[in-house]
Amino acid sequence: MIAVFIETRDRKPKKSSLEALSEAKRIARLMGLETAAVLAGAGLESLAPELGPYGLGRIFCLESPALADYSAQGYGRAICDLARETKPAAMFFAATAMGKDLAPRVAAGLGAGLASDCTKLAVKDGTLEFTRPIYAGKAILSFTLSSTPKIATLRPNVFPLAAPAAGAAAEVVKKAVDIPEGFIKGRVGEILKEESAEIDVTEADVVISGGRGMKGPENFVLLRELAALIPRSAVGASRSAVDSGWIGHQHQVGQTGKTVSPNLYLAFGISGAIQHLAGMSSSKYIVAVNKDPDAPIFKAVDYGIVGDLFEVIPHLKDELKKIAAE
Amino acid sequence: MNILVFVKRVPDTESRIRIQHQTMSIIEDGLNFVASPYDEFAVEEALRLKEARGGTVRVVCVGREDALPVLRKCLAMGADEAVLVKDDAPETYDGLRTARIIARTVEQKFAGTDLLLFGKQSVGADLSQVPAMTAELLGLPQANVVTKLEIGEGAGTALREVEGGIEKVVFSLPAVVSAQKGLNEPRYETLKGIMAAKKKEIPVVKLEDLGLGPEELAPKVVITGLDVPPERQAGKILRGDPAGTARELVALLHGEAKVI
Repeated sequence: MIAVFIETRDRKPKKSSLEALSEAKRIARLMGLETAAVLAGAGLESLAPELGPYGLGRIFCLESPALADYSAQGYGRAICDLARETKPAAMFFAATAMGKDLAPRVAAGLGAGLASDCTKLAVKDGTLEFTRPIYAGKAILSFTLSSTPKIATLRPNVFPLAAPAAGAAAEVVKKAVDIPEGFIKGRVGEILKEESAEIDVTEADVVISGGRGMKGPENFVLLRELAALIPRSAVGASRSAVDSGWIGHQHQVGQTGKTVSPNLYLAFGISGAIQHLAGMSSSKYIVAVNKDPDAPIFKAVDYGIVGDLFEVIPHLKDELKKIAAE
Repeated sequence: MNILVFVKRVPDTESRIRIQHQTMSIIEDGLNFVASPYDEFAVEEALRLKEARGGTVRVVCVGREDALPVLRKCLAMGADEAVLVKDDAPETYDGLRTARIIARTVEQKFAGTDLLLFGKQSVGADLSQVPAMTAELLGLPQANVVTKLEIGEGAGTALREVEGGIEKVVFSLPAVVSAQKGLNEPRYETLKGIMAAKKKEIPVVKLEDLGLGPEELAPKVVITGLDVPPERQAGKILRGDPAGTARELVALLHGEAKVI
């Protein structure tokens, strides 16, 4: 069995969890294994119909009032108990904030190896092989894990989402989880949303980034205006823009920021320092607009415009509006 | 308050990574090694907590002797003590092995620690595994990817970054906290600090003295390949008037790449 932990938001499975589930199905088929989903929390059964079309063997619902709020300790214990009982060959998580918080606890609890933030999985001679970028994408590491189970987190936006298919409904297996009083010593007390509920750069289909060439914080509004014209897009930034205080560090793309792999990465006024290129080089298409024809970023692009971003952006907006009107 | 900070020696972020294919390892010659940038936020936070509440800041590195300059830098920033847990193994990219070494070191050498601070990940292996694994092995609560930390009597709160929002984590001490950029602005070493750090002795803990079995120290990660990413093909560069180039770019993105 390959068990996939399903993270939910607003009582719906997260897209990145469904991507992990889709990849688990593909791998399970190659290895002749069953795929199962794992949910944790309270009152989970209403989620089962969302997962049914993925053709799962079982959906495990780990239920306890103690799991109503997320805690790495509580969720970790519940998942470790399930793993000891059902002995999965592998367990997948999405490499989201929660997945990165939780998977290492499960791995350590089980004494299992963990492959973090994978961008490719393969079956070679019957063994699961993991591939992941290291040094923020300056190198690519492939490896196997000698433990059972093998645990992996899968990078969001990389693995294709399988189309749900009609089929037999999965068996819903409810597990009451026993969490002793006082076991959980830390938990999420409150979720403080940001003022603007913007989509995160790691989850966006299109990332629109600005660098030193933006000249000041006030000009990032130009990128936000572009983002408003492109569905599922987010505004990113280079380290120098963040370190200058022009935009919050949660927007930073690069080796001391976030590693992104959107369908389209648009870089405005970014010269292309190696630590920035590392964080976005796995994007499917890369575009740069820069005044300097010798800027290193042009070596990384699919398309580039040598020109003044302040002159180009208004025309880009016009062209995008035309396409939207078509 | 007794604080432990864990630091790792990594190539700086300007490094170009080259591969030694026979050994499936990176070529270290010519690289400039530094304390992992996220670890500096952890050291800074420890120093600020000490300044506000008193106590001791100890910095621990698991690694080879060539990591000593990284520990000296932390001493120069103001840490009270530094300890090297000498591990001569090459980079294993295996978080569990490191977490086991750290957890055992804490149990044997640093009982009574209130707070274990880490960077959210090393810049290099990029695992984001060791803080949470250490917390699990020691039965401690955790707050990872933290941008704000408040410590009170026997408990703390931390703000942590999640997609599209911020979570407030409440926890009792002792606890594991990992630092994200934004937590603070790390201080520079002072000349006085650098001079004092030079004179400080850095005790070395031998791996074999921790009593970990060969099974516990064997990496679970079995490397099968290491390479640099394939070069991207040369792109199409547009020049000329802003209106024309913008029109052509959007046409390419819409018609050829089909990403808009």
